[in-house]
Amino acid sequence: MGDVVTIILKRLGLGVVTLFVISVLIFSAVEMLPGDVAEAVLGQGATAETVEAMRLQLGLDQPAPIRYFHWLGGAIQGDFGQSLISSERVSEKIGPRLLNTLFLASYAAVIAVPIAIVLGVIVALLRNTIFDRVANVLTLTSISSPEFFLGYILILYLAVKAPIFPAIASLSPDMTFPDLLYRTFLPALTMVLVVTAHMMRMTRAAIINLLASPYIEMARLKGAPAWKVIVRHALPNAWAPIINVVALNLAYLITGVVLVEVVFVYPGIGQLLVDAVSKRDFPVVQAVCLIFAATFILLNLAADVGAILTNPRLRHPK
Amino acid sequence: MKIKPELMHRLADAARTGKLSRRSFMRNATAAGVTAATATGLWTTHASAEPKRGGTFRWGIHDGNTSDTHDPGTYVTRQQIYLAHQYRSYLTMINSDNTLGPDLATEWSATPDAAEWTFKINDKASFHSGKALTAEDVVASINHHRGDKTTSAAKALLTDVTDVVADDAHTVTIKLGRGNADLPWLMTDYHLAICPANADGSIDWQSGDGSGPYKIESGEFGVRWELSRFDGWHGEGAYFDAVVMLVLNDPNARQTALVTGDVDCVSLVELKTLALLQRSPNIEVDNVPSGAAITMPMFCDTPPFDDVNVRMALKLAIDRQEIIDKIAFGAATMGNDFHLAPVQPFFPADIPQREYDPDQAKSLLKKAGAEGVSVKIHTADSVFSGAVDMCVLYAEQARAAGINIEVVREPSDGYYSDVWLKKAFTAVSWGARPTPDVMFTLAYKSDAAWNESHWQNERFNELLLVAKAELDEAKRAEMYHEMCMLMRDDGGTIIPFFNNFVYAHDKKVQHNADLAASWECDGARAPSRWWFA
Repeated sequence: MGDVVTIILKRLGLGVVTLFVISVLIFSAVEMLPGDVAEAVLGQGATAETVEAMRLQLGLDQPAPIRYFHWLGGAIQGDFGQSLISSERVSEKIGPRLLNTLFLASYAAVIAVPIAIVLGVIVALLRNTIFDRVANVLTLTSISSPEFFLGYILILYLAVKAPIFPAIASLSPDMTFPDLLYRTFLPALTMVLVVTAHMMRMTRAAIINLLASPYIEMARLKGAPAWKVIVRHALPNAWAPIINVVALNLAYLITGVVLVEVVFVYPGIGQLLVDAVSKRDFPVVQAVCLIFAATFILLNLAADVGAILTNPRLRHPK
Repeated sequence: MKIKPELMHRLADAARTGKLSRRSFMRNATAAGVTAATATGLWTTHASAEPKRGGTFRWGIHDGNTSDTHDPGTYVTRQQIYLAHQYRSYLTMINSDNTLGPDLATEWSATPDAAEWTFKINDKASFHSGKALTAEDVVASINHHRGDKTTSAAKALLTDVTDVVADDAHTVTIKLGRGNADLPWLMTDYHLAICPANADGSIDWQSGDGSGPYKIESGEFGVRWELSRFDGWHGEGAYFDAVVMLVLNDPNARQTALVTGDVDCVSLVELKTLALLQRSPNIEVDNVPSGAAITMPMFCDTPPFDDVNVRMALKLAIDRQEIIDKIAFGAATMGNDFHLAPVQPFFPADIPQREYDPDQAKSLLKKAGAEGVSVKIHTADSVFSGAVDMCVLYAEQARAAGINIEVVREPSDGYYSDVWLKKAFTAVSWGARPTPDVMFTLAYKSDAAWNESHWQNERFNELLLVAKAELDEAKRAEMYHEMCMLMRDDGGTIIPFFNNFVYAHDKKVQHNADLAASWECDGARAPSRWWFA
């Protein structure tokens, strides 16, 4: 097991380096946005004088590198600074929104992951049958349509024509949990439709690949039933690619919800990011981007570890 | 004679929503066979229904941002402005019929030179916290927008103010460096909300305490606000028990929410789908002419726009009717190249409408020696929905006059900091200002910070100063008439149209026939003026 720990530590170190590089990229990208926060806050009502007064107040007169290290220093200690516009702590601002997004992502994941894997195994077994084709066409259609379009279609059929679910996922503080699940069903379903195809097709491909290997043939020859061939022999060896694609899609569920949040007016972190970019609220933009980057890095790390644990061969790299 | 009740209800509906005046209602009703007495009865029972108390008004609003704040000096989004009109008060307000009325101030008067204004504050007014509202609060609230250190966007509005004094607990005097007859109108500006004063003369804008018709129960910027009626409000109205404001930035989400009954009213509807929305039986669309303008300023000091003939040719080369039909879907008032709309005070109704005349434009260009002139117009999708299309259409129309317009599509982000006031010919969207003086001072005075057309006209500047201090309305109207003519014929701004405010509500929501043109939803005061049937 010592090897595994070393590998994990190495990956973690690499993750930190990646995160650092990304932080530089984020900061420079934000710097390059046209216009600045003082002008964005004051809007059309800005005059040269008031813009100058606001820039001084916000410390925007300092050179970029100084502001960068100031920010990084804080971020390492978990302090993302103050919002330039509302002077709230960024962490307080992001906290509840991040929870909302994580809730929606988990909601979608709990539905999507089991469906995708079970469906993937079934279509692998029934490959080239009508069922396989229909499943493929449906999931490919849903993955090829933009999220907002899927969202609108769901709204049209499940909220307007047949008023079963609410069209806007607006949350209020006094909601019960079942209420919450009901209110956020349509955005969650949209996310399910978006990520299922990818995971299902990867599962199908991995299983089909394995079904052609000699040891599966051996298992069949010795008379093992079909489900046993899959569950006992094929699946354990297919976990690595499946875990990878699941992790990738989980990360997407957290970072890629921006459009879905806009369509359903869901108060998540994506909506916060859009707002912050349009107002040039640098600390918020930077913090959210950093959280997104960390999500990807962590989930990739988890996928790697998962793959190593399920496949002993990977623990002994040549 | 048999009367069709259905017809009568339709007439009453039309009357109630302002499509029919009382007089036409009576005429139509009597023509349909109803006696005058019955018609009067119908008018009072149907057309001018008595407001009723009760219910929760769910209001889907556009243009709200997570990073908005309560600071009145940085108000810029509709969320901030609408919210302010519910939980805060102003000295004065614009009534539903676009006249000026009292809010916190019960009366006001000026010295003959209009350089000193005294406002009497309603002694019934108090903050939601229970603290009485006094002159000190008003002084501090106005001073929030003045001085060197202020970051308020309203600073430019108050440059003439030299001092704000509390004469006693309920009297405030505002002293000006020079006369301004419009000061009571200026006090309706959305920035100038009255907040509680701190001991040091600053204001407490952070706490969300106010003196408006509704008090904040809970809320989050960019998401939703829950308000409840404030029983100690000094004004009349506030018929709803509670108001929920939902930020619905996506036009589709707004429309769907209204159709599915998730909200009772939305503040803005997409013009492209207006016809579809109007077919919905439970929804009523309000299409209200406003003073909000679309302008196309040209730098008067930059060739080829430095020649008045070229400017005039460009003004003649635009077919406003076609633009209103195709871009604004009819929801607009035609512009006449002066920045004053028919719904605003001092509108000079007798100035003839400028028509599309490519031939005359051609001959003017010939006179200027600029035949076949090529210009670039800069625009962006964010200016207004259809801004780029409008410029492309204009380019097509101008071709008939031999003018070659290249449409440059700029990024929406940062348009007002990187393109507007920097490029020589742009498309711009303006919110309505309460009086001609405010608008002219902001964007047409020679040294105005936002003189978007770099227009210099001595006579105009002179008149602007004189008119500002003139308390005689007839004399002022004459001066504004002349100024409008100057803008129209010498100025550097094409004004194709004033866009209507188009919003919609469920039929169970009722309002009076008049709707204020200062903001969407009856001057942003729908929650205190409207009611449930």
